[in-house]
Amino acid sequence: MTRLWSAGRLTYAALVLTALASIFPIYWMFVVASRTSDAMGEVPPPVTPGGNLGANISRLFANTDAHFLTGLVNSTIVAVSVTVSVVFFSTLAGFAFAKLRFRGRNALLMVIIATMMVPTQLGVIPLYMLMTKLNWNDRLPAVIVPALVTGFGVFMMRQYAGQAVSTELIEAARIDGCSTARIYWNVVLPALRPAAAVLGLLTFMTTWNDFLWPYAVLNDPENPTVQLSLRALSDGYYQDMSQVFTGTAIATLPLLLVFIVFGRQIIGGIMEGAVKA
Amino acid sequence: MAVQLDARPPVAPTPRHTRPTRGIRLTRFDTRYSPYLYIAPFFLLFAVFGIYPLAYTFWVSLHDWDLLGIEPTFIGAQNYTQLMADPDFWHSVVNTLGIFVISTVPQLLLALWLANLLNRRLRARTGWRMAVLIPNVTSTAAVAIVFGVLFGREFGMINWLLDLVGIDAIDWKANRFASWVAISTMVDWRWTGYNALIFLAAMQAIPRDLYESASIDGAGRSRQFWSITVPLLKPTIIFAVIISTIGGLQLFTEPRLFNSGTNAIRGGPLRESQTVTMYMFENAFAPHYNFGYGSAIAWLLFALIAVVAAINVLVLRRLGGGGRKEGSR
Repeated sequence: MTRLWSAGRLTYAALVLTALASIFPIYWMFVVASRTSDAMGEVPPPVTPGGNLGANISRLFANTDAHFLTGLVNSTIVAVSVTVSVVFFSTLAGFAFAKLRFRGRNALLMVIIATMMVPTQLGVIPLYMLMTKLNWNDRLPAVIVPALVTGFGVFMMRQYAGQAVSTELIEAARIDGCSTARIYWNVVLPALRPAAAVLGLLTFMTTWNDFLWPYAVLNDPENPTVQLSLRALSDGYYQDMSQVFTGTAIATLPLLLVFIVFGRQIIGGIMEGAVKA
Repeated sequence: MAVQLDARPPVAPTPRHTRPTRGIRLTRFDTRYSPYLYIAPFFLLFAVFGIYPLAYTFWVSLHDWDLLGIEPTFIGAQNYTQLMADPDFWHSVVNTLGIFVISTVPQLLLALWLANLLNRRLRARTGWRMAVLIPNVTSTAAVAIVFGVLFGREFGMINWLLDLVGIDAIDWKANRFASWVAISTMVDWRWTGYNALIFLAAMQAIPRDLYESASIDGAGRSRQFWSITVPLLKPTIIFAVIISTIGGLQLFTEPRLFNSGTNAIRGGPLRESQTVTMYMFENAFAPHYNFGYGSAIAWLLFALIAVVAAINVLVLRRLGGGGRKEGSR
């Protein structure tokens, strides 16, 4: 590491500017959220927080177009169930691909990698028709079920399981008479925990952010996800910007908290995935 | 993507000396079939909710098919011929490609530069990395709304800043090219840091002694960057370009929420910033519910993605001279 170039003043200056550009729109979102709607017309634009956040929040939750509370609850239900399921099925499949021997293993893994390149988003129309058939339109299963396991998750867990799970331990457990399911639960899952946590965080954030598919299939304005509540706020005939921004700030807050607490792990996960992929 | 695949043959059949007991038979069943059970959920789900809808889109695109779907009429390629002559479709294609080019090129260059900065001995390393990644973890919809306001004509902060340096207010939503720039800014804000971390990870895998011998040979920093770092990063760059192409050409949330009100799905009154995916939505869902026509748009977009991705890869391969082969890293 000592041979890395040391960072000069210019490097730090450039990084400070980049960091400012990264953080400013988020910071400013909270500034506007804490002010009255007059703030939008002020010159120069205000850049410090005001004292109106509480009032904005209560107006936001009282807004009859946005159904913001329902949106928050729905997004929590969707994101949590998808996260738990993705982590479970991905660790299971990743373990199978990394540590179990079976016919067609490599070919099937290739298929999984290929699926990550397929723009399945372009299938929304038949997917919508399918949901109509299942009578899932406007209901949460429509956004939960298709997302229950991802190719990305399986691949990530497979890469990690290859190095983190000890083959000797698995064989020892097998000699002791453990079934494969028990091995998964007692040997593999504990060893995969760090990577599974990162996968869980990434999945939670992606699901929380998802817009296109919920927008297509959840058409009942009274039963939105939080991102759809934001759309309702933003498309409203009368735009009260401090209220809209309070909505965007609250919708972003869980993601920011997750990131601030687990940022190091998330970055590690993204960078490790990049080298191996 | 250099995937290390383990080429061990499948388990050899164990010779049967004695009649297996019930327990052994169970175990044999377990070791042979449970792997398939474990990987089945993905394949099942992908088949039902991924590949089947995508393939079925093609079937739908050959029909006159509306919301009710009662007796869809087979009309062959009629949706496609109609699309070929549809100026609004081509308009959205140009928008999509325009936004794609002016967002992706600066984004990847900036990401390379940023990765190069981050690949130095820094104090508070994790802090800087978090700072560049934070845009990527925020809600896309929220960011689109915020940028929509930042790029407002009258009270937007961008116009205020431009005014300070003597540039007249720009109508970011009504001017087609300006709206591309605004949307590209959003996309770049979100993805530059992410790509920088991907590049940084690849840079860290480059052996240090390459740089050492280069500097003994008298190569300066920028020479080292272009002659060592960039060529060795080529597989990662190609990967990033493919991912950006697939995502960028399907751009939807940012332009959709950059616009607001009743015309939002049209990308403004004159479709200034309507992307192909938005045009697909406009036709396939409310108010038209023309599934057949929307599906034809989806398939043409699919073809467009494939063509653009292929062109990008070919161009990038050629750019680097194609000399260095990267098998394993």
